[in-house]
Amino acid sequence: MHDAPDQTVYLDHAATTPMLPAAVEAMAAHLGDVGNPSSLHASGRAARRVVEESRERIAQALNCRPGEVVFTSGGTEADNLALKGLFWSRRDADPAQVRILSSSVEHHAVLDALHWLAEEEHAEVELLPVDSGGRLDLEALRASVERDPGSVALISVMWANNEVGTIQPIEDIVAVASAHGIPMHTDAVQAVGAVPVDFAASGVDALTLTGHKLGGPYGVGALVLRRELTLTPLLHGGGQERDIRSGTLDMPAIAGFATAVEHAVKAQPEYAERVTALRDSLVRRVIGAVPDAHLHGAPEDRLPGNAHLGFPDCEGDSLLMLLDARGIECSTGSACSAGVPQPSHVLLAMGLDDEGARHSLRFTLGRTSTDADVDKLVEAIGPAVERARGARIS
Amino acid sequence: MKVVAAMSGGVDSAVAAARAAEAGHDVTGIHLALSRNPASYRSGARGCCTIEDANDARRAADVIGIPFYVWDLSERFHDDVVEDFLDEYAAGRTPNPCLRCNEKIKFAAVLDRALALGFDAVATGHYARVRIAADETTELHRAVDPGKDQSYVLGVLTQEQLAHSMFPLGDTPKPQVREEAAARGLLVADKPDSHDICFVADGDNAGWLREKLGDRAPNHGGAIVDASSGEELGRHEGTFGFTIGQRKGLRLGTPAPDGRPRYVLDIEPVSGTVTVGSREALTVDRIAADRARWCGAALPPCASLEGTVQLRAHGAEHRARIEVDGDEVSIELIDPAQGIAPGQAAVIYDGTRVVGSATITSTARVGASA
Repeated sequence: MHDAPDQTVYLDHAATTPMLPAAVEAMAAHLGDVGNPSSLHASGRAARRVVEESRERIAQALNCRPGEVVFTSGGTEADNLALKGLFWSRRDADPAQVRILSSSVEHHAVLDALHWLAEEEHAEVELLPVDSGGRLDLEALRASVERDPGSVALISVMWANNEVGTIQPIEDIVAVASAHGIPMHTDAVQAVGAVPVDFAASGVDALTLTGHKLGGPYGVGALVLRRELTLTPLLHGGGQERDIRSGTLDMPAIAGFATAVEHAVKAQPEYAERVTALRDSLVRRVIGAVPDAHLHGAPEDRLPGNAHLGFPDCEGDSLLMLLDARGIECSTGSACSAGVPQPSHVLLAMGLDDEGARHSLRFTLGRTSTDADVDKLVEAIGPAVERARGARIS
Repeated sequence: MKVVAAMSGGVDSAVAAARAAEAGHDVTGIHLALSRNPASYRSGARGCCTIEDANDARRAADVIGIPFYVWDLSERFHDDVVEDFLDEYAAGRTPNPCLRCNEKIKFAAVLDRALALGFDAVATGHYARVRIAADETTELHRAVDPGKDQSYVLGVLTQEQLAHSMFPLGDTPKPQVREEAAARGLLVADKPDSHDICFVADGDNAGWLREKLGDRAPNHGGAIVDASSGEELGRHEGTFGFTIGQRKGLRLGTPAPDGRPRYVLDIEPVSGTVTVGSREALTVDRIAADRARWCGAALPPCASLEGTVQLRAHGAEHRARIEVDGDEVSIELIDPAQGIAPGQAAVIYDGTRVVGSATITSTARVGASA
């Protein structure tokens, strides 16, 4: 059968990253507990207490008020809730507010929700351009807002890009938005724990985060939503989460999530320093082994763990398969649930052509990454690229 | 050996992959994405190319315990198979896209890529056998299950391609393959067989052709003409709706004088004329063909063979004398055949062994009437 490698070199932390042992412990401690956080009896109160303490710990880590943390099933739900909920509530308040401004490099959880709003709710969505490093064109944003500020329902720009790791100029975007009283949402799924994220200081109105990208469990996340903002709910039911998000709360997952957020935020400076150095070494050494390889995305203002590399004349999916056979796990960065892998919209927006976009791989490092991981990649990459180059389908 | 198993999501390719793995090969499952837009190809459980099929293939690979990837061959498939299919119809011929796919995609693009990536062979769920002869050549033979034998659609493979091909199901009857799939816990065990052309979503070939051919000749109406009298019997909306030997769907108002059914005898793509006549007039015993491909060692530029030919998928065998002149082949049928359309492949056999194939260009009747 397949010669399974002894040890996996996991270089796909942006897809998901291992759970922190303390988070596993916190979650496991409650898996056997009975008690619905909404129940009034002692067991319910005990569960409720865990949820509320978790909420407070997350609020403290992100510098928001506990009441601003709305638990969701993860990043996709939080993004959908923010975009649809804010759009509906703003349009209800003023029918002229129908424009949504966003970037062309958003995650599909944002892009597809916007697409739906445009198709079904007649939202006027503008996906603003980015530069060759993947950074939002601020002038384009400003011009678009100033063309007719009263018609903008909301602005949504991700904090940091999941594919190429580029960090967006959130402060400048907030300045544009707040000058006209426009709510600003940001998908910070990749940012929390990787770069400093301070909700109150940032001035954003809504922020998405998720558990499994920062050492917490799958299936839990949050939308941090400025208290003053009203939002139309997606899910109706028991009225949990201030009526914004009905559904019985997953108390054990929330406990694990809070532990992970707390740890990730506290460890962020040390993490960023160590992982940035490791990432820089990975990029330098891979380019040493494959001289025409090159880094995509912003050289500075970049997530510590992200190394998105182009390998000319080399199909990313061939390379991924060859590395996988050696136990080295990475990503082509393209969404390919079933059929045909499409070239990444992020790379296309950055000005790459179809071929350049296909000839790329994303390596993402995380908390558990080591020098030995980089050593193994560097050892394997040269022969793999050479072989993949011979296997191009003309 | 390191083997790529092409996995369509159906039962045959799943069992073929499982058998290759069990035989000790280092197997990697590959699903070929052939459509740019998966929803536009056949849906449900009947064909290939759907998201559901990719998921079925992935689950089968999980159960077998092999790695699995999707390879995008949609561009090549479109250019080499779908466009070719349309061109052939536009020229009034009746192509077999499965042969073309085997020739250009599965045992060419996929095999080339696999070899370049360090694999040794491609395994598929085709019902056929490969054998190594005493002189070391790789021979292609019919499967033991005559009802499922697919050597016809593999008749385009060359020695080089065959030497890197594995057909693990060639020695097994289909019902046994289904039983084995169930015993192995492969959930596709009771998935229906695919039959029709995979890229025609609803099986309506004429409707699909009408839409896709666009203004390409001969997508225009023409006359339906009686072969013996030359009389125009009716009109039609495009020659793509007809194939030689077709009886149904002619919608002719006037019955034949003798009251017997009429069949399509000839299609003239430029004028759009479709000629119809009696069943007897369909009988042919001479076939000219080109694009000869030889499965075994290369034949001398001129050669004579005696053997059998098969003229359509799952068709009968006809005894024949075959003259080879370079790329061209003339076939004299000892057992005449009916309803043979240009564009179809003539696959030549010596016993169970596939000698080669050629694409039919024209047919004729020389021998006495039956």
